[in-house]
Amino acid sequence: MVSTASTLNPPKEKLWGGGHSPFNIEYGKLMMWFFLLSDAFTFGAFLISYGTTRFASRNWPNPNVVFSAYPFMPEGKHAPLVFVSIMTFILIISSVTMVLAVQAGKQMQKKTVAYFLLLTIIGGAMFLGCQAWEWHHLFHEGAWWGRNPFPNADGTMAGTDFTNFFFTITGFHGFHVFTGVVINIVMLIMTLSGTFEKRGHYLMIEKTGLYWHFVDLVWVFVFTCFYLI
Amino acid sequence: MSNTLSADPITSKTLHKAVVKEVIRVTIILSVLTIIELILGFSLMDMPVGLLHYFIKGVIVILMLVKAFYIVAYFMHLKHEKDGLIFTIVVPLFIFIWFIFVFLYEGNSFQNLKSRYSANYQERATMMAPSAETQHVEKH
Repeated sequence: MVSTASTLNPPKEKLWGGGHSPFNIEYGKLMMWFFLLSDAFTFGAFLISYGTTRFASRNWPNPNVVFSAYPFMPEGKHAPLVFVSIMTFILIISSVTMVLAVQAGKQMQKKTVAYFLLLTIIGGAMFLGCQAWEWHHLFHEGAWWGRNPFPNADGTMAGTDFTNFFFTITGFHGFHVFTGVVINIVMLIMTLSGTFEKRGHYLMIEKTGLYWHFVDLVWVFVFTCFYLI
Repeated sequence: MSNTLSADPITSKTLHKAVVKEVIRVTIILSVLTIIELILGFSLMDMPVGLLHYFIKGVIVILMLVKAFYIVAYFMHLKHEKDGLIFTIVVPLFIFIWFIFVFLYEGNSFQNLKSRYSANYQERATMMAPSAETQHVEKH
């Protein structure tokens, strides 16, 4: 009886029975997810140590006062958060163009992939340019690792915790953006030279896409923790 | 997610259109959330520290988490992956709940201890910074 039933209804393939990917995902993509998970812990530890230090301080500089400059600013015309909100939107839009590049890759449209990758690279480069300008500006105001010209929100003297954390964490994030731009440039060259077309799939773009979105994701947290609250 | 390579061109094309529509929707949501965050950030500017101040900061943090959800779920495509993968990625992150609460509590406790027992800390923490004008003079 049992054997008849099993021939009529073959047993459902077991998820972890082997012979196929239980996560229905390519090996490299899974490893990228694990890498990003570990990176999330690195950034999480950074931001939590920042939060701990902030909770251990009686007062803290006001971000609306510190980050109120923008390029070509007329004398005395401060506008808090304007420049950093532009940076945020640049990164969101570059994330969107990356999704579209991945999507075009699934359709095997080489030219569209190259076009959206190029836009993503431009977005990343613009973000890096903005960050370089901001660091340059803060440096000229006297801020650097170990130096903090900004008083606390209540007018008391501030230590150097604020600048140390700011430059370390935005620097680490900026380095991720820089790496992402370099990887995307490599991907653009490989796309244009037809490597992925010969390979028959654009899975590599999906993996770098994951990395690029993660960079955007980290910025959401850095932006909130340093500039807004 | 079905394999678009083996799917026939028509279904593949409609799927593509649906995905692009979803991307546009998520972009709009992320932009609106960012604008709300910025407005709340501006509103904190001259606000005295109090209940409303902390409430707005809490709202900003919740909006941040919503943005993070949209980026991971839709841009990173995690929502459409197998359940096993979703849990593999998301469950380890729950340790952050403990991590954040314990460490912020610890920081706060350290602040209280310093304020209570260190006369030196009290004195330094209440020292006023030189005003903007004197700083300006010092610079030049």
